[in-house]
Amino acid sequence: MSDKTEQNRLSVFKTYKLYVGGKFPRSESGRVYEVQDSKGKWLANAPLSSRKDARDAVVAARKAFGGWSGATAYNRGQVLYRVAEMLEGRKGQFVHEVAHAEGLSKSRAAEIVEAAIDRWVWYAGWTDKIGQIVGGANPVAGPFFNLSTPEPTGVVAIVAPRESSFLGLVSVVAPVIATGNTAVVIASEKAPLPALSLGEVLATSDVPGGVVNVLSGRAAEIAAPLAAHQDVNALDLTGADAELARELEIAAADNLKRVLRPQAVDGEDFAADPGTHRLTAFLETKTVWHPTGSLGASGSSY
Amino acid sequence: MTKFEYAPAPESRSVVDIAPSYGLFIDGEFTEAADGTVFKTVSPASEEVLSEVARAGAEDVDRAVKAARRAFEKWSALPGAERAKYLFRIARIIQERSRELAVLETLDNGKPIRETRDADLPLVAAHFFYYAGWADKLDHAGYGANPRPLGVAGQVIPWNFPLLMLAWKIAPALATGNTVVLKPAETTPLSALFFADICRQAGLPKGVVNILPGYGDAGAALVEHPDVNKVAFTGSTAVGKAIARQVAGTGKKLTLELGGKGANIVFDDAPIDQAVEGIVTGIFFNQGQVCCAGSRLLVQESIQDELLDALKRRLSTLRLGDPLDKNTDIGAINSAEQLARITALAETGEAEGAERWSPACELPSSGFWFAPTLFTNVTQAHTVARDEIFGPVLSVLTFRTPDEAVAKANNSQYGLSAGIWTEKGSRILAVANKLRAGVVWANTFNKFDPTSPFGGYKESGFGREGGRHGLEAYLDVR
Repeated sequence: MSDKTEQNRLSVFKTYKLYVGGKFPRSESGRVYEVQDSKGKWLANAPLSSRKDARDAVVAARKAFGGWSGATAYNRGQVLYRVAEMLEGRKGQFVHEVAHAEGLSKSRAAEIVEAAIDRWVWYAGWTDKIGQIVGGANPVAGPFFNLSTPEPTGVVAIVAPRESSFLGLVSVVAPVIATGNTAVVIASEKAPLPALSLGEVLATSDVPGGVVNVLSGRAAEIAAPLAAHQDVNALDLTGADAELARELEIAAADNLKRVLRPQAVDGEDFAADPGTHRLTAFLETKTVWHPTGSLGASGSSY
Repeated sequence: MTKFEYAPAPESRSVVDIAPSYGLFIDGEFTEAADGTVFKTVSPASEEVLSEVARAGAEDVDRAVKAARRAFEKWSALPGAERAKYLFRIARIIQERSRELAVLETLDNGKPIRETRDADLPLVAAHFFYYAGWADKLDHAGYGANPRPLGVAGQVIPWNFPLLMLAWKIAPALATGNTVVLKPAETTPLSALFFADICRQAGLPKGVVNILPGYGDAGAALVEHPDVNKVAFTGSTAVGKAIARQVAGTGKKLTLELGGKGANIVFDDAPIDQAVEGIVTGIFFNQGQVCCAGSRLLVQESIQDELLDALKRRLSTLRLGDPLDKNTDIGAINSAEQLARITALAETGEAEGAERWSPACELPSSGFWFAPTLFTNVTQAHTVARDEIFGPVLSVLTFRTPDEAVAKANNSQYGLSAGIWTEKGSRILAVANKLRAGVVWANTFNKFDPTSPFGGYKESGFGREGGRHGLEAYLDVR
């Protein structure tokens, strides 16, 4: 869009695609929709995902779950940090996309992108610490070793924030995968381009294919089959409006998905300290008992 | 049967460029010692002089503490997320330069390249990575809201894991917002000086990390300095006690990681082959120069012969020699002084009537070497069962019942580590409950991880390094 240097050269447009199972498919439906900037100017066409795309994404996420949840927390931390490193190198592209998507000045968009990079670093540090603050030994009144540890819930479907197309997106995706879950995320309907570009970063950041799957389209259309899907374990409704959230929560009850409800009507402040609630929302607690046996009294005198 | 000999498989020295001389690292600059003194650091495997290093004295300690104090205000006021990013940078640069640092460490320390490459360096990078993540999460660490750093930390580390001990000291100190003055051991100053260069590459603000190569006098001056708020020491129990006396009445926060005489308890139902590997790892890793070494083998009487036969067979296959050879199991002893200490203690063992055994093992003609050694017929009264030898010397004792094993294991001034070998889970946990030791390994030995707290009971010191617990040593939570 900068014109002076490109006077005689026609720029190459990018075909925005979905990110599913580590690949970049078009929607199986063959549909796209127009994405506009805040002033109504056409930016690009984005895939209009179908129910089938959603189901394919769940299959990819499930397939990736074993490896990702089985990786060491240290390894996951390094992968998340690698995402931050890769994003830092492509900051210019994201500043550009976020500025257009959200109608922001370049400097304001840069702040947002930088905050998003730092958010990856924040969650990279949590991978091997969350277990230390939410798990622990339980002093049961008996001769038992008793230890509680958190484990990832499984496949998490995320309705990404509608307004905060990039910082909001990162803020909901990173905590889900930090703990070993895999994600199917529905990008902001009106500003999906930063999310689709994030897929390109994840694909080159040692994040195994299928750990994050990005769909664009109408939230209501894609979220419904995800909320009803029997192989989805949890649902993050951050970007759903009140009516949609209620419908999805009802559908989610069918296999008792863990549901993270949207915050207050005015949305969530993604610039604020993220805390840990997005990590703990998608964790199960496993408690292991083991008898400790007895040595008799004499051992205790030392 | 034909015996196939190993061909030499030396790691190349060309990845590391050691300068002929190094200065002290104070306030972001390399500088000579105030009185111009230097000392030589040698390769213990060949006695070759590697470099000449400035020797810090009291005046240099004062300069370094002042630099750290000046840096403290800004460093501690940085948002945790920014401190975290410095530490993440350091972790990544260590990963990038890990082969270079592994070769350097092997040259300066004498330990096998297999250990520096596969254990020391990965753990060093992981330690910085782990504590980097804590820097902006201190509110979640269980020490109340907004826990504050202490100020300037004076840190004195040993020669057995030079860079790893540095990581254990510096990473949590910086993550919590302290600044540091660190004195590496006189026989292994080089990796700490390379680390100073890594701090520069990472853009770490001047004065946040200061490195003072030197001897015990520099360490004592650092501990004594009135503007040091925190003292952390890893080394011998005798020096640890002297430091505890020095800081008494000053209000300085103190953590000590000292000696050990770890009991490795093998029950009759243990898988013998695995136990033998664990015993070997326990005492011959790093030539036994490990504070948490399993230097007392407590074996159940009924399997003593079988276990000792298997152990001796295994020891006969250990390869002692060039630490840079990738096949080497046992490297050099770190210094002539340490070799003399081990030799004297082993002689005492013989003199007191314990039975000494070593596999046939040719020692290189130059450098400092000690063959893997077993003592049997050892009683609890023997010096080799009581004193920390800090060398590749294992004392074997026996027991009949679990109670007796626990009693003997705990019969020590030390309480750093212990090992338990049995197939029975409930016995592991029952015995672990009774052991007065800070780290208990079950069916494994000498395992370390940045997330896991490490430290001793009794005269093995106090305070923990590693894990969430390791933060406390550097926070004002008294």
